[in-house]
Amino acid sequence: MFEATAQNRRNLKVEGLFRLLFLWMTCMLILPVALILGVLIVRGGPAISWEFLFTQPLNNMTAGGILPALVGTVWLVVVALIASVPVGVAAALYLSEYAPDNRLTRAINLAIINLAGVPSIVHALFGLGAFVIFFRFGTSILAASLTLAVMTLPVVIVATRESLQTVPLAFREACWNMGATRWQTIRKIVLPNSISGILTGVILEVSRTSGETAPIMFTGAAFFLPFLPQGVLDQTMAMSLHLFVISTQVPDVPEHMPFGVALVLISMVLAMNGISIAFRVYLRGRKKW
Amino acid sequence: MSVAEPATPGAVDASAAILVEKLNLWYGDFQALLDVDLRVRAGAITSLIGPSGCGKTTLLRSVNRINERLGYVRTTGSIRLWGLDVLDPSVEIAQLRKQVGMVFQRPNPLPLSVRDNVLFGTRVHLPDGRPPNRVEGDRIVEEALRQVLLWDELKDSLDRRGTELSLEQQQKLCIARLLPVKPRLLLMDEPCSALDPAGTEAVEELIWKLRGDYTILIVTHNMAQARRASEECVFMLLGEIIEHSDTASMFLNPANSQTAAYIEGRYG
Repeated sequence: MFEATAQNRRNLKVEGLFRLLFLWMTCMLILPVALILGVLIVRGGPAISWEFLFTQPLNNMTAGGILPALVGTVWLVVVALIASVPVGVAAALYLSEYAPDNRLTRAINLAIINLAGVPSIVHALFGLGAFVIFFRFGTSILAASLTLAVMTLPVVIVATRESLQTVPLAFREACWNMGATRWQTIRKIVLPNSISGILTGVILEVSRTSGETAPIMFTGAAFFLPFLPQGVLDQTMAMSLHLFVISTQVPDVPEHMPFGVALVLISMVLAMNGISIAFRVYLRGRKKW
Repeated sequence: MSVAEPATPGAVDASAAILVEKLNLWYGDFQALLDVDLRVRAGAITSLIGPSGCGKTTLLRSVNRINERLGYVRTTGSIRLWGLDVLDPSVEIAQLRKQVGMVFQRPNPLPLSVRDNVLFGTRVHLPDGRPPNRVEGDRIVEEALRQVLLWDELKDSLDRRGTELSLEQQQKLCIARLLPVKPRLLLMDEPCSALDPAGTEAVEELIWKLRGDYTILIVTHNMAQARRASEECVFMLLGEIIEHSDTASMFLNPANSQTAAYIEGRYG
């Protein structure tokens, strides 16, 4: 009575087929990542050297290193972080811990979603109009970083809000019922228990910011500028734009150079993501309830 | 004006800790409490019983005004604690919550050490305008944990996280952390429903021991618990108080036929 019928066997066959199909599609995900990394390492690897990382570009960017671009990207990212993290975290705290569920809050949420959906080239034009021209920052690190900050603000807000919401409501209720204010609750309970998620969001923002090209093109990144920036009102080179320039705008660049730049850029991003994951694992391990 | 001040002598019945008059409460369009009148004797344990949805938790939550957080709650009538109306606009919520401690169904210790859990209220309210120092802190922690019969178990593990304790210990800790700010009234919303029988017994014993020092209002689904661990009993049905008497006589000799049917287990 427990033998398989023909119908059972057909079902099992179809089952196996679909399982295989889904597994195959999942494996396909790895393919582009592996290919990109593989190609970059094989073709850009030979370009990487101490000189490449830490010297100025030479001969119309067809030789030498990428130091100004590397330093410029760090400047852009750090200033963008300083601008966006306080605003983003504060906004997320308001939305998650204070805001009543009303029309205004819903409008703000909609605005955040839309802000995340604005194409980066539109952010670039906004940055040009607002920061470069209207606020008279000129094309500078400040203008470029503020543009990046506006663009990545939704990432910070959403990541922060999600991590705030992982703190169980019961903890908040316990605090409120002892007479604690919202701020006392945030400071003593909510923030200490959500900081890992917030930091993860911040680091993700870093990795995203460092690769952006369009928003900094009109607002602060220079085509070729063989000096290190001295302050936020200077222009600077940046890795992403440098890659674009030597790939498409400059003749006779040896083939390994753009691949080398791309490899350095992607290594920076992957390293950031790695740090973010390690951080999260570490802080999750300590947190118990 | 704060609810901490004792009522003017003679102006009100001093033996009543809570005096609810004509309390009506709506969640949006739904009326959850209908003309509730209730007098809770100071220093006694009063249990609220009744089937699910009868309004007992709503009534309990009205006393320290945590229903209001929902936003769509409307209340009329008065709830007086020691003669002072808690619904009065001049009432400072933080002071009210200090006087009225609340214990929840699921133990909800904070993700802090046992010590910091007990000191949380003191730190929120800053008795002398400053946080307690190490010595005061130790004294407060010991006193509170002794009162909830946890001191001997936990005196060597005050740095353990409150969330890592057993459920029974967690619930006792949740009671302990209310005590350092010297509340006069403890509200308990089915405080044993997440506990095993041994834990239930231990927490019931503790509640019984706290009577006299605190006025205790306790919501329970468990009639045996109401019978064992309360002195007065209030039976509610569909937002109204049907019967209120001392526990022994309610269970032996209920005056109302609906009460009788409920405590005999014919519905609810």
